Amino acid sequence: MNGPIYLDNNATTAVAPEVLETMLPYLKELYGNASSMHTFGGQLGPAIRKARDKVAAIIGADPSEIIFTSCGTESDNTAIMSALEINPQKKHVITTRVEHPAIYNFCKHLSRKGFRITFLPVDDAGRLSIDALYRALDDDTAIVSIMYANNETGVIFPIQEIGAALKERGILFHTDAVQAVGKVPLNVHTLPVDMLSLSGHKLHAPKGIGALYVRKGTRFYPYIIGGHQENSRRAGTENVASIMGLAKACELAMASLETEITCLSKLRDRLEKALLANCPDSRVNGDRERRLPNTTNISFEFVEGEAILLRLNEYGICASSGSACTSGSLEPSHVLHAMGVPFTALHGSIRFSLSRYNTDSEIDKVIEVLPGIIKELRSLSPYGRVKTCKE
Amino acid sequence: MWEYTNKVRDLFLHPRNVGEIENPDAVGEVGSIICGDALKLTLKIDKETGKIIDAKFQTFGCASAIASSSALTEMVKGKTLDEALKLSNKDIADFLGGLPEEKMHCSVMGKEALEAAIADFRGETPVQEPGERVVCKCFEVTEEKLRKVIMENHLTTVEQVTNYTKAGGGCGSCIPDIEAILRDIWALKPLPVESKEPRKLTNLQKIALIQDIIERDIRPRLQADNGDIELIDVEGPKVTVALRAMCLGCPMGGITIKGIEEKLRELVSSDIVVETASK
Repeated sequence: MNGPIYLDNNATTAVAPEVLETMLPYLKELYGNASSMHTFGGQLGPAIRKARDKVAAIIGADPSEIIFTSCGTESDNTAIMSALEINPQKKHVITTRVEHPAIYNFCKHLSRKGFRITFLPVDDAGRLSIDALYRALDDDTAIVSIMYANNETGVIFPIQEIGAALKERGILFHTDAVQAVGKVPLNVHTLPVDMLSLSGHKLHAPKGIGALYVRKGTRFYPYIIGGHQENSRRAGTENVASIMGLAKACELAMASLETEITCLSKLRDRLEKALLANCPDSRVNGDRERRLPNTTNISFEFVEGEAILLRLNEYGICASSGSACTSGSLEPSHVLHAMGVPFTALHGSIRFSLSRYNTDSEIDKVIEVLPGIIKELRSLSPYGRVKTCKE
Repeated sequence: MWEYTNKVRDLFLHPRNVGEIENPDAVGEVGSIICGDALKLTLKIDKETGKIIDAKFQTFGCASAIASSSALTEMVKGKTLDEALKLSNKDIADFLGGLPEEKMHCSVMGKEALEAAIADFRGETPVQEPGERVVCKCFEVTEEKLRKVIMENHLTTVEQVTNYTKAGGGCGSCIPDIEAILRDIWALKPLPVESKEPRKLTNLQKIALIQDIIERDIRPRLQADNGDIELIDVEGPKVTVALRAMCLGCPMGGITIKGIEEKLRELVSSDIVVETASK
């Protein structure tokens, strides 16, 4: 068998060959410390500067507004903690019920520490209730953090509209754009957010590098304290090679963004349509209109997700599931649960997330084998032949 | 990714004895689609010899649930009912060359389906009697089942109990109860209880304490599930609250109120009664 048919790109992506190429010199001969007082280390300063320009460019930011971090999670945690540090009298945080654990579990942690957290609901298509957001705001609100696009369903939130409303009220606004950067056009010139998180390994850079955008003029307090790196906003010796890799990945993504959106959505739509047509009792989870071009989340009723994944695995097909059995906990996906997906469909949800490296023939293979897998697993299941009334 | 043995993989990819026996002599059904796994076992039994001549299964669940069910049917064929009843969930796991700890509940489900089927054949009433205490409300696990699985598998920690029965793996509110059952079974030293003289609180202190517990502990948890609560009044031992948002009309509302009452009894005063405000 050749390489895997990798359709799990919202989990992580392959490092682009060009990215690896860019990084290698910094892992070999150019191993210096950018802070050193000798040319050998010091020469890295200009390289990092150029890299910062490129990362800034992908979101239309000024380079001075980019802080390199170790990952999306660090960026997310930093944004919230900064808001709480600079507004010590404010104890209220607003987020959503469908955030990534980097925000969701961090907020749960804060709630145990005595902070008041509002988790905004979504409707059955995963869309945010903006009225609920407005109702939740009060003088005690330190920050609102709402993801740009959901990692499980790909549903895109109206960040523009929310940001504008929050700006009017002078409330700090952060968005976790880890799934959006490099997949959809995004520009902080027009997007009214104060902070924005992005992560390298979701756009073909390696794991272990992320960035936090902090709008000029936004008060900020560092989360990781130590040396003066990143203009004293994030301590720790620069991960030079990964910073170079992230910059190259941003450059590649920007160059091919428009074509990728067209290609990926075409592939995704073809996959989705064929699976819905060939698998009875299947449904797409989440709003199909406002959605990332690379993501589809499909529930196959009366079958369990882990079983589907492991059967797909036999064909070298990699996807993921919101089923309880795959999460390491016994609870199924909090995202699909918040959307009120019925239990018959919740455990059988499969997410396919594509990248620029996927081909037509790979999609053909999934369309060829998956309906058979579903049919066979249903024949094993006591619910397979039972028609239950749908909610 | 789970590390499954080759035997598990084999029985998952090529399960034996799939289906439903026509006119079965015994049927055992356990689990539910809500919990994420369910098993229907049908048996053909020779009434002369009391031997199981055929066994078939249908399973909704993950790879290890399917493999455990298939293993069970392979194991019981040819056995007398009494021999079959001696099989433990550990025997099923051993037959599979072992299961990941987190998946042991799949073997327990197999064992339960077998017991249910044999009880069905013998015309015994289902094991679950009315009024039996359900410890884990998320996965409907009774105290009886917990005690049985704990003893049979020599479980000593809550984590193990969750792996084997799922109990405690949902909202987690029953974890103290599971701890108590474990202590009771293994006669472990009870945790040092702060059993000094009950604090004598002034009415004002009591109200402040109740308000504080609701704000810090109870509200965030309800809000995480999209609900909310408001303290309306405290009159002697009677605490009146109002449930808001998603908690309104939620079928779990009764359980929520009971949970709040338990919490306040534990932390404030043992005579507290929680009621919802009448509309």
